[in-house]
Amino acid sequence: MISFSPSEDQQMIVTMVKQFATDEMRKIYRHCDESGEIPAQIIDKAWGMGFISSAIPEKYGGAGEEHSAVTASLLAEELAWGDLSMTMHILSPSLFVVPVLLMGTEEQKAKYLPAFCGNKFHSTTAALMEPHFNFDASALTTTAERKNGHYILNGSKCFVPIAADASSLLVYANEGGKTQGFIVEKGTAGLKISEREKNMGIKALATYELAFQNCKVPKENKLGGDKGCDFNTLMNCSRVALSAMAVGVARAAFEYSRDYAKTRIAFGEPIASRQAIAFMLAEMAIEIDATRLMTWEAAWMLDKKKDATKEASLLKNYADDMVMVATDRAVQILGGHGYIREHPVELWFRNGRGFTTFDGMAIV
Amino acid sequence: MIDFELTPEELQVIKAAHEEAEKLVRPIARYYDEHEHEEPSELINRLWEQTLKGQGTGLIGLGVGAVLRIEEACWGDAGLMLANPGSGLGGAAILQSGTSDQQARFLTRFSQGTPKWGAMAMTEPGCGSDTSAIQTTAVRDGNEWVLNGEKIFITGGARAFNNPGGLIVVWATVDKSAGRAGMKSFVVEQGTPGMRLEKLEKKLGIRASDTASIVFENCRIPYENILGSPEVRSTDSGSTAGFRRAMATFDATRPIIAAMALGVARASLDFVKEELEKQGVKIRYGVPKTKLTAIERDVMDMESAYKAAKMLMMRAVWLMSQFKPNSLESSMSKAKAGLATSYITQKAVELMGPLGYSRKWLLEKWMRDGKINDIFEGTGQINMLVVARRILEFSSRELK
Repeated sequence: MISFSPSEDQQMIVTMVKQFATDEMRKIYRHCDESGEIPAQIIDKAWGMGFISSAIPEKYGGAGEEHSAVTASLLAEELAWGDLSMTMHILSPSLFVVPVLLMGTEEQKAKYLPAFCGNKFHSTTAALMEPHFNFDASALTTTAERKNGHYILNGSKCFVPIAADASSLLVYANEGGKTQGFIVEKGTAGLKISEREKNMGIKALATYELAFQNCKVPKENKLGGDKGCDFNTLMNCSRVALSAMAVGVARAAFEYSRDYAKTRIAFGEPIASRQAIAFMLAEMAIEIDATRLMTWEAAWMLDKKKDATKEASLLKNYADDMVMVATDRAVQILGGHGYIREHPVELWFRNGRGFTTFDGMAIV
Repeated sequence: MIDFELTPEELQVIKAAHEEAEKLVRPIARYYDEHEHEEPSELINRLWEQTLKGQGTGLIGLGVGAVLRIEEACWGDAGLMLANPGSGLGGAAILQSGTSDQQARFLTRFSQGTPKWGAMAMTEPGCGSDTSAIQTTAVRDGNEWVLNGEKIFITGGARAFNNPGGLIVVWATVDKSAGRAGMKSFVVEQGTPGMRLEKLEKKLGIRASDTASIVFENCRIPYENILGSPEVRSTDSGSTAGFRRAMATFDATRPIIAAMALGVARASLDFVKEELEKQGVKIRYGVPKTKLTAIERDVMDMESAYKAAKMLMMRAVWLMSQFKPNSLESSMSKAKAGLATSYITQKAVELMGPLGYSRKWLLEKWMRDGKINDIFEGTGQINMLVVARRILEFSSRELK
């Protein structure tokens, strides 16, 4: 039965996250962007809300709630409305947890999941993207070769969130033409974490380039064991997560520029009284809503275990364009003020540009 | 609980409507495009007996199933769908603002007897989107209203005018000095003296649907044919009930137009994908943009535009089915669907080249048919204006 109404539980989560985004993230996001640092206290506070542990089964110490991509999309939008850098940092452990939860072996679940159920932020991440043009997640240049009960990883990765602090990483590599995940523990020989990257946007998120040189991991560390993982589904989960975040960023830009346009007076009336401005805002509102609903649909398909490849990839492309248009319009509506760092729209514009390049940097 | 699963009943409705569209409608779509104003009597009688009569006002589109049925019908042919018997937009207005007495009196007939049509007359030679500028007058004379004025662009107006049991909902002012507050709607029965069918328009597309001008000259109708209250209060805030009711009718009808638009868009999209498949071109979902061909990117853009518009349409309809306000959402869905359909149908002609431009195929027709959805029941721009005013919380004075 068609319904566009989130459940009561979901509405409570959204309210809670919105509060957090308003009271905490929005207070410091500019400072974080300028300094490149996110205070540990805000990360821990978000951790305490249980985004990561909620779907971990009780036997591993989690809340044992059903994993829901729809719920995760709702909260990802709200967090990203607060700030994208912080969101990606806060949710970075899910890059590790969700694949293990959905596709890990029993041993992998028992070994790794309990660490996510403590009081402190458990730094983990995943490495998918590679530093070259024409990146294709289903044809990676990083390779994994099986040798004597081990896998040998070779290649390089980029845009890996919080890699320097991560105790374990899920590294995606090409094994005989297929993308598979490999758990690499901190300090493994042959894993080199380079200096922190400098990016156009999401500047408060620490991302790193990684190099693998004959990096040897035990065969037990292959996600899903010998049979491996269904990487395509993980990509779809990522497409949905990133699209939800794109909606959050676009909504932030929309709301700010809408409020600005109502108070900024030109020629004796608010600039929003001119159709040239008002129609830009109307278009933003329409496209944001459309993208959100498409996100929900693709997330719902994931929850129903349907193949969401078509929906999720159409969605991701649409969301990438939408967030760029929306954040660009927001800068345009503020005019010269939009270009000044006193206003947040230039920050959202820089963050918004990232989505077309992000792949696998978030997951639901 | 967010859910996108259609019920078995809805799936059944879609399936049946699709079969009808494919088997009965598509084969004659071109003929009635090229023979404008010729009556597709066989189809009309068949659909009436087979489906439409049994569904009565359930067809008006106040639920998900009804609207998806309309999408399928327009996938078959938008013009022929609009020529279908039924209470049409007039019925939507009666459902929105009629008393239960009036609903029984005017709507019961649409599930009985011979095929019948309902229509709505809003636009005039001097006013289109600015419906508050209506010049047609309704003057009370004892227990009658006397209507005078000219209405144009009445979808299905001729069929409602010509066929027994037809009715037309006419918007008129009872007090020009009261502005919007004076605007009321009236049900005029087929065969009422003083009503004249003036003209049938020749159109770019949806040619199987008639678009009529009707002149009212001292046209007398019973007093109880007014929909809603006859009161015209002074300029206080509650005074524009009549106008707001007209606009509320649009809240109900705009998602229906969006569904019609989507039917045409999907017809084009399906055709393009089938042709590409025949040529061995596969659309590779999930492949990075940089590795896609231009045609794959185009098709994906068309598909996502369709999907975006469809989601907005479904939400607007769902809200309506829950009796929740949907004015913003229905205008959003109409604006988006009109744009998306123009884009998709035009792109389809471009992509298919000679197959697109030739009248041998239906793509060029769908491009012509699709365009109407960006125009009737409020142009794309008027819908953008409604959306803009809502999100800004601006009155029509604050945002012109």
